[in-house]
Amino acid sequence: MSSTSNRKFLQRQRIYDSFFQNITKFFAFLVLATLLGIIISLIIGAMPSIKQFGFNFLINDSWDPVKKDFGAWSPILGTLITSFIALFIGVPVSFGIALFLTELSPLWMRRPLGIAVELLAGIPSIIYGMWGLFVFAPFFSDYLQPHIIEHIGSIPLIGLLFTGAPMGIGMFTAGLILSIMVIPYISSVMRDVFELVPTMYKESAYGLGATTWEVVRYVVLPYTKTGVVGGIMLGLGRALGETMAVTFVIGNAHDIKASLFMPGTSIASALANEFTEADGVLYTSALIELGLILFGITFVVLTLSKILLLQLRKAEGSQS
Amino acid sequence: MKNDLYRKRRLINFINLSMSLMAMLFGLFWLAWILYTLLKYGLGGISLGLFTQTTPPPGSEGGLANALYGSAVMSLLGAAIGTPVGILAGVYLAEFGSKGWLAPATRFVNDILLSAPSIVIGLFVYEMIVIRMGHFSGFAGAIGLSLLVIPVVVRTTENMLRLVPNSLREAAFALGAPRWKVIMFVTIRSAKAGVLTGILLAFARITGETAPLLFTALNNQFWSNLNSPMANLPVVIFQFAMSPYEDWHKLAWAGALLIAVGVLGLNVVARMITVKRESA
Repeated sequence: MSSTSNRKFLQRQRIYDSFFQNITKFFAFLVLATLLGIIISLIIGAMPSIKQFGFNFLINDSWDPVKKDFGAWSPILGTLITSFIALFIGVPVSFGIALFLTELSPLWMRRPLGIAVELLAGIPSIIYGMWGLFVFAPFFSDYLQPHIIEHIGSIPLIGLLFTGAPMGIGMFTAGLILSIMVIPYISSVMRDVFELVPTMYKESAYGLGATTWEVVRYVVLPYTKTGVVGGIMLGLGRALGETMAVTFVIGNAHDIKASLFMPGTSIASALANEFTEADGVLYTSALIELGLILFGITFVVLTLSKILLLQLRKAEGSQS
Repeated sequence: MKNDLYRKRRLINFINLSMSLMAMLFGLFWLAWILYTLLKYGLGGISLGLFTQTTPPPGSEGGLANALYGSAVMSLLGAAIGTPVGILAGVYLAEFGSKGWLAPATRFVNDILLSAPSIVIGLFVYEMIVIRMGHFSGFAGAIGLSLLVIPVVVRTTENMLRLVPNSLREAAFALGAPRWKVIMFVTIRSAKAGVLTGILLAFARITGETAPLLFTALNNQFWSNLNSPMANLPVVIFQFAMSPYEDWHKLAWAGALLIAVGVLGLNVVARMITVKRESA
């Protein structure tokens, strides 16, 4: 009798088990479906604009809500330029921070300094935006910009990038603030991958008489290069999609100017500014298509980042 | 000659390491400047009225009570929806994900969602919910936030469950426990602190998020429920900071200080949980 009740008990548990497994499976699938849902809903939302403008949408540089003529070129360009500035400043700094935290800093300082850098990632982006608009931009236009325009602006070719009135806001300011925002992401990946380097490699190089810099340059960097690039890509993904900080300081002008000190626009800031005020199906769907393009670009960048980081782990796995 | 080479190498080493120190200071400099600004402009605006009065029209007295309420409701609801989904999906990845295509695909997609632009999440919720319902609502805002919670919770849950030693699972199995009991009462329980950290970090992230609320919850000058456009701190700050009115700016700074203290505080609490666990 006890054996039949036992069997019943076991059977019931088996049913619970498969029930439980299928529930978790369902939610894992839900995560997957979210991504598909995002892509499909954006495509559907962008349909009127895709039909109207076709491929031309990507290279058209006019954005005229009155004449209903929309093109994505200027926001795409603004997104790419600000992100490029962010990496240009952010990557060397992040590398320096990662180097400092893994090789130079005394042990007791590593944790507090690491947390301080991570706090930069914790600050909400809207605060970066406010700080940029009310504090940094006035400071920049009063003290730094006039000198930059006067001295660098007169150099041929490069100077073109730094001309115009010192307004404080603009593409350069947006890129600079983005660079501060991506530093914690890039430096934390770099730190993690630097710590993957087997101590024996480093000690061998030190034993041969290499300086700290030489160890980093010829041992650590070559060993971790895919990971470093992956980290940079992750930072790029963040910079491309950042909305609020950029919206505050970029100036929101749908023009393409050579100077980085001029106001511009990015995809995310155009969405933040115009979406709720857009009237008409075509205007809204053109904005949604911008969102689709942004998602497409970040998707590619983040995928690259993920593949590169995976490769490093795999290489590490096969060596040990 | 030999000495020259040595000196040059030492010099390069010195220069580059100094640059590294400069980079560290560069990072800390911005952090200090931003925090200083927040305190300087924000502290003056903190008063009791901030928590009791609703957002004012320009030129009159007011506080942020309805925005604080809206943010709290939407963030809590967002976390309440996102957390169970995230934990269960994370359990699947860690416990059942060793074979089949679903687990690697989900892991990959989850990492993309983790860094996907939050404004695109806002667009998605707008398409899916706001258009269907016909109006902006606090509910749509909460859904948007929950979509940001899920990837963070999935990631940390999976990582934390993987840290649980297999011998613990085997011991439970050996006692005859069915799989769901092993997972619910042994694995998850021993990874509790880590999972909780993930939830807190996710919660910290959404309390400061603005972009996904812009066209889901929108904003509201008055007290509101989940079925109507709902005031929330980040969007109020955005609107007030972009306005030309001096007293709105003051409220925006006070709100920014509140958000920063809240978010950074949650981060610190989350970290303390893990530290306690590591030292235990």
